[in-house]
Amino acid sequence: MADANNGETQWPLWEIFAQEGEGAPHEHVGSLHAPDAELALQNARDVYARRGSIVSLWVVPSVAITASPSDEAGPFFEPGADKVYRHPQFYKIPRGIKGF
Amino acid sequence: MQQEAEKSPDETALNERFEARIAAGETIEPKDWMPERYRHQLVRMMSQHAHSEIVGMLPEGNWITRAPSLKRKMSLIAKVQDEAGHGLYIYCGTETLGVDRAELVDQLLSGKAKYSSIFNYPTLTWADMGTIGWFVDGAAIVNQTVLAKASYGPYARAMIRICKEENFHKKQGYEIIATLASGTPAQKAMAQDAVNRWWWPSLMMFGPSDADSPNTAELIRWRVKRKTNDELRQRFVDLTVPQAQAVGLTLPDPALRYNDETQHWDFGPIDWDEFWAVVKGNGPCNRERLQARRDAHENGAWVREAAEAYAAKHQRAQASSAA
Amino acid sequence: MTETTSSAGNDDVFEYLLRLGDDRLVLGHRLSEWCGHGPILEEDIALANISLDLIGQATLYLGLAGETEGKGRDADSLAYFREGVEFRNLQLVELPKGDFAFTIARQFLFDVFSLHHLEQLQRSANKELAGIASKGYKEVRYHIRHSSEWLQRLGDGTTESHNRAQKALDELWRFTGEMFAGDDVDKQLGAAGVAPDLDEIQTKWRAMVSDVIQRATLSIPSDTFMMAGGRSGRHTEHLGHMLSEMQIVARSHPGAAW
Repeated sequence: MADANNGETQWPLWEIFAQEGEGAPHEHVGSLHAPDAELALQNARDVYARRGSIVSLWVVPSVAITASPSDEAGPFFEPGADKVYRHPQFYKIPRGIKGF
Repeated sequence: MQQEAEKSPDETALNERFEARIAAGETIEPKDWMPERYRHQLVRMMSQHAHSEIVGMLPEGNWITRAPSLKRKMSLIAKVQDEAGHGLYIYCGTETLGVDRAELVDQLLSGKAKYSSIFNYPTLTWADMGTIGWFVDGAAIVNQTVLAKASYGPYARAMIRICKEENFHKKQGYEIIATLASGTPAQKAMAQDAVNRWWWPSLMMFGPSDADSPNTAELIRWRVKRKTNDELRQRFVDLTVPQAQAVGLTLPDPALRYNDETQHWDFGPIDWDEFWAVVKGNGPCNRERLQARRDAHENGAWVREAAEAYAAKHQRAQASSAA
Repeated sequence: MTETTSSAGNDDVFEYLLRLGDDRLVLGHRLSEWCGHGPILEEDIALANISLDLIGQATLYLGLAGETEGKGRDADSLAYFREGVEFRNLQLVELPKGDFAFTIARQFLFDVFSLHHLEQLQRSANKELAGIASKGYKEVRYHIRHSSEWLQRLGDGTTESHNRAQKALDELWRFTGEMFAGDDVDKQLGAAGVAPDLDEIQTKWRAMVSDVIQRATLSIPSDTFMMAGGRSGRHTEHLGHMLSEMQIVARSHPGAAW
């Protein structure tokens, strides 16, 4: 069994998402290095959940994440901001109706 | 470092936009455009910080096996473990700037990278565990509370997490010292001796005086740092003097006195020759600290390789069984 | 105290609690020696966590031991002011930490024992003991995940890691018999429903250990002469050195609080 690299190996990077309490969303808490998913999960438990309060963890290889283009954040997101008709305040309700 | 003498019109515009964002207090994220110099300064500062956490495990790790009670033993393990965690958070933050952790670790082990000079001092008695928590973590908190507002998002977020966890470090240290100071005469003497040895090195932790700190102005302009070394050092002294008085220990500085005018504690001159000697590798434990890290790294190489080989084999096995 | 403990005899319960506490204190101490020296940062953190769990469990067992004894000794005085010959841990856990393969293999062999032992101890007639076991059982379920996954990676990793793991198992095997040897204390407490039956645990231990060792492409060492003595205070030479380090500060200042 020949080893590919002479001791200068670097385990791949994983992004860690933790759920703090049932029903809460999984939120990004940081990253770590691990050779595979099982050890990534174990390491995530020790690194990011060692003070309790976490009820679920996701580990995702960093390379699997595709991010939105930051240089084009303007064209990418701003068009969403002027679609007033997506927001409830845009619509009028006849007077006199309560608890719609 | 690249010379930025001839900037393309594009880059000038980008640079202006970057400076404007910084001035507006915006947070810079990994994929945002940033000047090469900003990236460089961040990598330097963050990796130094991460290295300090990792090397910082050693002086206290030295007393885990001798902690005098089960409770103290567990607190100390948990604290040193946190330091590993904090190093890890900051390394990961640095990796968002496009530098592998392996590369950063190499820089540390080859002696190229710097880390906090304080960890090159020896831990001689159990009281050092108290003093380190109280002084060194106390100083770190003063520093990090400010860094939690740094302009670079991943650094600031790592700092927020670290600050939350670090508060127990200082408290457990101060509790140890307070217990010793009110203990037997031998315990009190042990505490005073540790305070005498760690006080000046702790003040040096904040780095050279502003006049001799070439990077400070730039880092402040970019909101990576929010306070100068001297400002932070003064804040630490102001916080710590009353804490020493409260437990009946003295600080080894005859010039220490409260200045009614400035409302700060004045303190005597720092021995910068000692500071630079330690930074340059001639502190009492520089060699031992680096050697310990090198040994851990080298002795662990076969473990890291084994896990990698296993992962490769089993990925192949999974892939072929799926096909 | 429950009625069963009185019929089992306080001395036996005290003795039994020391065994439970000392195994974990000594192993936790050995693991803590890795802190700052692990093969990778993530593993430093993992080993420290397991060490903390074990020392935490030890504190509870020794605390209860002190109460059971009723002579005013607490967990700290039992940990710091007993001589080596008064320690009741398995020889397995006192051996120096060795390389990472040795540490993992030892941890694995102990974890499997601990898992099945605590699983049953949760139903002990001694309710306090059952409570501590039940907390520990949860922790050990994670420990075993860590040690068995790592043993597989080392066994089925590179030639070097395979050889190191096999060598560790071969060296450790002769210290495993003591886990199931049993003596009068076990018999008395077994009859009183305080302690589980060691034969049953041994069968489960053997099955699980064989399964993981096989998956790790390692081989089970042939049964050899089994060492014994830890349970009655006859230890290897290593324990004395470990304790002299562990107890030095506490013993240099008798009566001091920390």
